[in-house]
Amino acid sequence: MSTPLDDLFVKVRSENRAALIAYIPAGFPTIEGCKKVIQAFVEGGVDAIEIGFPYSDPVMDGPTIQAAADQSLSQGTNAADVFAALKVATDSGVPAVVMTYWNPIEKYGVEKFAQSIAANGGSGVITPDLTIEESTGWKSAVEKNEINPIYVVAPSTSAQRLPQVTSRCGGFVYAASLMGVTGTRAAVSSGAPDLVARIRETTELPVAVGLGVSTREQAKGVAGYADGVIVGSAFIKAMQDAPNEAEGLKSVKELAQQLSLGVREGR
Amino acid sequence: MTTLDEIAGHFGQYGGRFVPEALIGALEELDAARIKAQTDPTFIAELAELHRTYTGRPSILTEAKRFAEHAGGAQILLKREDLNHTGSHKINNVLGQALLTKRMGKKRIIAETGAGQHGVASATAAALMGLECVVYMGEEDTKRQALNVARMKLLGAEVIPVTSGSRTLKDAINEAMRDWVTNVETTHYMLGTVAGPHPFPSMVRDFHKIIGEESREQVLALTGKLPTAVLACVGGGSNAIGIFHRFISDPEVRLIGLEAAGDGVETGRHAATITGGTPGVLHGNRTYVLQDENGQTIESHSISAGLDYPGVGPEHAYLHDIGRAEYRAITDAQAMHAFALLCKTEGIIPAIETAHALAGALQIGNELGPDAILLINLSGRGDKDVHTAAQYFGIPL
Ligand SMILES: Cc1ncc(COP(=O)(O)O)c(C=O)c1O
Repeated sequence: MSTPLDDLFVKVRSENRAALIAYIPAGFPTIEGCKKVIQAFVEGGVDAIEIGFPYSDPVMDGPTIQAAADQSLSQGTNAADVFAALKVATDSGVPAVVMTYWNPIEKYGVEKFAQSIAANGGSGVITPDLTIEESTGWKSAVEKNEINPIYVVAPSTSAQRLPQVTSRCGGFVYAASLMGVTGTRAAVSSGAPDLVARIRETTELPVAVGLGVSTREQAKGVAGYADGVIVGSAFIKAMQDAPNEAEGLKSVKELAQQLSLGVREGR
Repeated sequence: MTTLDEIAGHFGQYGGRFVPEALIGALEELDAARIKAQTDPTFIAELAELHRTYTGRPSILTEAKRFAEHAGGAQILLKREDLNHTGSHKINNVLGQALLTKRMGKKRIIAETGAGQHGVASATAAALMGLECVVYMGEEDTKRQALNVARMKLLGAEVIPVTSGSRTLKDAINEAMRDWVTNVETTHYMLGTVAGPHPFPSMVRDFHKIIGEESREQVLALTGKLPTAVLACVGGGSNAIGIFHRFISDPEVRLIGLEAAGDGVETGRHAATITGGTPGVLHGNRTYVLQDENGQTIESHSISAGLDYPGVGPEHAYLHDIGRAEYRAITDAQAMHAFALLCKTEGIIPAIETAHALAGALQIGNELGPDAILLINLSGRGDKDVHTAAQYFGIPL
């Protein structure tokens, strides 16, 4: 069975463009405010949404997402809030996934977590610190619940290891554009096209590029060689830098509109 | 080609690798380097020579007769890791890792530190071997351990205060991991305890197991017997696994780890991970973790910066579950009582971390009586803690 995320990539491939995937941590800026950000994403034309599960020790994240996670956790955001945010996204008709470090999944219950994703219309889960060696239990849980397991690969992933990881992926392969943590950057890493090309030699799955994309120009550049463009920190910054929530939501929507033009201009 | 099932680094259900894919290459490179070094006579000789002429090994065994009067009359034997160069067991690990760093052709090391002992040891090894050194230290700890911050700077290291999260050891590790993900090609992460992703728990243990190997022979030579129990404080667990390891195959020897109970495990303000935590994943491995019902790490509390950590090495989690080692929790007050007692009965000022093991010796000695032989890892000296102890005991500075 295909997930809404699988269907999305069939569609964007037929339109000869890339998909825009937007990230927001559940509970940021507030539990209710997050739902409004999701609405702004939808109105701004994003193709898919990643709901982050805020975590106390986010070793893959730079200062922007760390601060957003702290702000969210200080309001007591829990698993139920993550699934509620996921449902807001999927109810609006946009494919959505959860991105989470592994420990919250293990604590919630591996099988139960996969079930709750499916029950809330989610297409899959991105697990940035789950190595394939540790993924046996997760593999059977995602298969049973027919959701996409999305793993992250990096420029340092060896030629030998790359097919082992991509063969475990469903939905898309998450290509980390550079060696580093999340955050906006002046330029998207020049290593990204090379990594995407290496991934394509191992799999037919769509490839989405994340880390460091924040502008229409950058989205356009990435859309030239990837199937998806992932943007996170730039949306969070738009909320953080705004004088109030309403202004923040307005800039989020405008940024989404700009980026969704970018993903259509790449080819 | 390796199959998924052959990947080592597990202790029962604990250990493993839970890290961004970006780090896998570096972990594999490190694993290959340390396995090669284990059987390489040149490496073995180089490290042994450094320990003889630089660390000051073998460290001596001191019998603490006056302290023993307060410990039920049990024979108390102190393994003097405090007399090592830089003042703690931490030097054993950093010299080994620094040699590996050079072999891997890397020029820069990063380290996390809580009490500052591992940071000082890392800065020392870097100075000795001409490596660039950056130490991440929780802002809270830079205040508690200001003397060690100055020592690191004198040794040429850059100290970066970490202001995220609880501003202690766990956040310093997060920040070091972020640096490592970014600079992994040129940089070795010199992790300071038996935690983190494979191969760190095994590798760091192997660099510390000399403590148990030496002391087993020293105790046999002195008493003609094996010790009744071996005691050590447990933060991440490196000094404890170092002294335990040679005794694991001696079933008659009790292995006892002393965790930090802070204000008391029942208050929730503690760092007793095995006593008060549950299995989970933190900093790249599965182990006992202080966490809430959503899997968020709970901040730990201890008067001792070096024990103030909400995780513990995975091998300890395993030794606990199979019943080979026991873990008890010692409050701040119990530790400071033992700290003062060792100062006044033996003329030795221990690290506050180590004082937790000494408090355990007082308990176990009184439980077992005069026939018992207790071997205690005196993991570090207390110079760095003079300020904290003076404040605690109301001594004006
Ligand atoms: C003297 C001393 N003992 C013990 C520890 C705790 O570390 P571990 O449990 O890894 O031995 C530290 C840590 O800083 C220390 O400085």
